[in-house]
Amino acid sequence: MIPGAFDYHSPQSLDEALSLLKQHAGDAKILAGGQSLIPAMRFRLAVPSILIDINRLNDLRYVEERGDHLAIGAMTLERSLEDATVVRSSYSLLHDTAGVIADPLVRNMATVGGNIAHADPANDHPATMLAYDATVVAKGPGGERTIAIDEFFTGLFENALSDDEILTEIRIPKPGAGSGGAYTKLERKVGDYAISAAAVQLRLDGGAIVEARIGLTNVSAVPMRARAAEAELAGKSPSDDVIEAAGKAAAAECDPSPDLRGPVEYKRDVTRVMVKRSIATAIARAKGGN
Amino acid sequence: MSEHEVTLTINGESVTRSVEARTLLVHFIREDLSLTGTHIGCDTTSCGACTVLVCGKPVKSCTMFAVQANGADIETIEGVAAGGELHPLQEGFWEKHGLQCGYCTPGMIMTAKDFLANNPNPTEDEIRHGISGNLCRCTGYNKIVEAIQYAAEKLQADAGGE
Repeated sequence: MIPGAFDYHSPQSLDEALSLLKQHAGDAKILAGGQSLIPAMRFRLAVPSILIDINRLNDLRYVEERGDHLAIGAMTLERSLEDATVVRSSYSLLHDTAGVIADPLVRNMATVGGNIAHADPANDHPATMLAYDATVVAKGPGGERTIAIDEFFTGLFENALSDDEILTEIRIPKPGAGSGGAYTKLERKVGDYAISAAAVQLRLDGGAIVEARIGLTNVSAVPMRARAAEAELAGKSPSDDVIEAAGKAAAAECDPSPDLRGPVEYKRDVTRVMVKRSIATAIARAKGGN
Repeated sequence: MSEHEVTLTINGESVTRSVEARTLLVHFIREDLSLTGTHIGCDTTSCGACTVLVCGKPVKSCTMFAVQANGADIETIEGVAAGGELHPLQEGFWEKHGLQCGYCTPGMIMTAKDFLANNPNPTEDEIRHGISGNLCRCTGYNKIVEAIQYAAEKLQADAGGE
């Protein structure tokens, strides 16, 4: 399968990329890792007339703590995320996620920014970033702005970026003392999308869950938070009953579509189980200091 | 339609060609450079039969445009047997019967080459995880895992002997 013809640009700097994007706003598509876009182009599901390849922008590849947050450059490879010491030591939810995205070969090309900007509810980072209460940084001709992750996903494959903006960075707040997180995913095989997956980030204080955010993967048309499940945890001391209640709430509030990965009832129940497992792991890690 | 001049190194040799922007790297390698050891399996970024090393990293060459590889150093299965002598991985696949139809083998070997470079003494579980982006429909994977274990031991022994 051969993609449709397009004009190709390979800017050497972010400014050059932004100027090309402004010039071709509406017609141009950004090529990041290409691991979703190129397959879509081969199927002719996407037929962009202009591609702006930002893989030469090595300035956008970094993972490091800055002030009160972890800064991830948009072009950071998933493999780099998986290998980053700071991610392994302090961001368990992100580390869990990075290791189950697609397959090891795809992770050598796929980027964190691309995964998020694609705004596919079947991708793994959206749920994780929702659970982290991350912030997206976008740059356009008018300068830089930040977008709260809760405002970022506006529809199926649609995000809050305007046509002339590029996602440049993702910021994850540093987890406070007593925090823990986990990502649990059920997939038919490596490389397939999740049947369902749950991202949980929470904080314990004095034996009670004082903060909890939960994101769900591939069980809604738009990447979603499981707010009813979060409410089941808020202020409670962790117990089997509390965790079960949160799992049931998530199963009720998600909105999966039936497909070859299973019918709606099955996906709801898998969601219940994924949420429960992520909460239990997150609590164990919060107690263990990670 | 846009044409671009691409210069890259493939198996140690520098080549320059004019390519259409939409040409996938795998088509460039097979059709423009006539290196047909790199296979096209699924065409859907699933199977890994088209795996090549781009600047040392294994990637699916069906999911990258040739024009993106401008300036890159690429290694394909044709470059693995240095001086005509089988690489320990190739020897391992031979000795342990790591292939039946052989279609996935070039991709498996390219992935395993990077994997062993980063993890010279892997557990069986780590090997299975490492090759999880490469599909084989014949072997059931056990013989492939054994082949990679064979290569790991041989590479370790060679490194220790120097």
